[in-house]
Amino acid sequence: MAEGPLLDAAMVETIILTLKLAGVTTVVLLLVGTPLAWWLSRAGGLWKEVVATIVALPIVLPPTVLGFYLLIAMGPNSPLTALLGRKLSFTFEGLVVGSVIYSMPFVVNPIRNAFEAMGPRPMEVAATLRAAPLDAFFTVALPLALPGIFTGAILGFAHTVGEFGVILMIGGGIPGETKVLSVTIFDYVETLQWGKAHILAGGMLAMSFVVILAMMLVERRLNRARQ
Amino acid sequence: MIGAAFRGRLGSFDLDTAFEVPGQGITALFGPSGCGKTTVLRAIAGLMRLPEGRLVVNGETWQEGRRFVPPHRRAIGYVFQEASLFPHLSVESNLRFGLRRSRGAARIGWDEVVDLLGIGPLFDRPTAMLSGGERQRVAIGRALLSQPQLLLMDEPLSALDRFSKDEILPYLERLHASLSIPVIYVSHDIAEVERLADTLVLMGGGRVRAAGPIAAMLADPALPLIRMPQPAAVIDGAVVSTDPVYGLSEVEVPGGRLVVPGDLGPRGMRRRLRIPASDVSLGRHAPLDTTILNALPARIQGAEPEPGHQVTVRLALGADGQGAALLARVSRKSWDRLNLREGELVVARLKAVALADPAPPLSTRVTPAARTATS
Repeated sequence: MAEGPLLDAAMVETIILTLKLAGVTTVVLLLVGTPLAWWLSRAGGLWKEVVATIVALPIVLPPTVLGFYLLIAMGPNSPLTALLGRKLSFTFEGLVVGSVIYSMPFVVNPIRNAFEAMGPRPMEVAATLRAAPLDAFFTVALPLALPGIFTGAILGFAHTVGEFGVILMIGGGIPGETKVLSVTIFDYVETLQWGKAHILAGGMLAMSFVVILAMMLVERRLNRARQ
Repeated sequence: MIGAAFRGRLGSFDLDTAFEVPGQGITALFGPSGCGKTTVLRAIAGLMRLPEGRLVVNGETWQEGRRFVPPHRRAIGYVFQEASLFPHLSVESNLRFGLRRSRGAARIGWDEVVDLLGIGPLFDRPTAMLSGGERQRVAIGRALLSQPQLLLMDEPLSALDRFSKDEILPYLERLHASLSIPVIYVSHDIAEVERLADTLVLMGGGRVRAAGPIAAMLADPALPLIRMPQPAAVIDGAVVSTDPVYGLSEVEVPGGRLVVPGDLGPRGMRRRLRIPASDVSLGRHAPLDTTILNALPARIQGAEPEPGHQVTVRLALGADGQGAALLARVSRKSWDRLNLREGELVVARLKAVALADPAPPLSTRVTPAARTATS
């Protein structure tokens, strides 16, 4: 069992890295996912279904499959690498890109549902009250979809914290750069450091429980305030 | 003047409407459910774009050919069937939403709207805590404060119960009396139309059947309105005098004067009277001993036989037959016994004359001076 302080420097480093990855990923997901969810909730036709399917793929694909293709796309010989001038695999930025794609459906779906649930009426009302489309989006659609956006942010954050397969494929375990919690726990188990694994795994379990419970409670409050 | 012409296919039926209505007063788009009234209203608002359309409102072209002004650039106010208040905003913020975004000088003032609709006491309540009637009043206020040049109302009362309807109607009448912006009002309830409308656009099956002043339309033998189960005439008149002793008012209408129960307000005040055809009987002579207060000369314009051995007689008040249109529903037996004919002069006896709007009289137009006085 672990001696001395509960968390050693390596564990603290991995926790901070994980939170940083999840935070950056969530911000990117909200910035990309909200307009995408809006478009999916309003558009019609085949294109919308195709895009919605692509967004949903990470739910069903094994993380190794997604990770494998991401590794190739971000590897030394890919067009993306040529375009950027540097490779993204085995970097923090690469992890962000992978996490954004992997967690996308968990953010887009609740926001899209919230946009769809409000129906076309609020935007029509806003238009008849002289609000231009962008104005109406920020002053009517976004506030009305706030519970869904909140849910999406929490789910995106939690899902990124818990991500393992994709990260393992594209990031490996460079301490301080790409070695996140889930990979660290795996390492501890591999090297039979059960005590450390217990601390991190138990911590994640407790954190996930608290996060999801808090989300449910806040969502309930937000919804109640609307009725 | 508002000129609208829209054509297009909508689901299972073709819409092909064209009408011109005055740029003032209340115009009712009236017809059965599903006849395309709401579609026309949405097309006027720009919420829906019909491929073939032409819309000119008071000289401004909002749609013609490839020109299509988006809804947020049209100076309209739109009141939906359900109030559709923004749930994330307070009552006051809902009201300010359109006002903040309106362009040009505010012709319709905050205090004026708040007084007119009686919504001042609602400011502090969450929108979810308002009754149906209160919500709709706020929605009407919100639309008015966006400074529309044209107010569109899509069956604003149909989602409300009887009580809330009776609560809102007087406000609509006040609005009518005190604001000069034209209103297009969609309804399938003839009682509302008789009470509020100046102009009627009669729709059916995606087409405009007829359009014109309400009084003439109600008595037009070519239109189905006269064959409704309870046809009635509406007559607009001006108060001449009131008799507080007997609680009666005298109202000048085209072709005569009518005595109406109640104090109808100061001299010169415009009031609308509704006279059901079943409350009018006809005679050849003025009655001598009768409790009926109103017996006026009128000319027979025509007669429409009804099922059930009745006849709906079309009359025009006045010995010259130039006055207001009136309807009388009499038995066919009486019609034959009196040997009545078109063009003949008769005496119309009005059993009951009632205000179309039983609401208390609206004092006067709210002027800027009055606004300052109240604020």
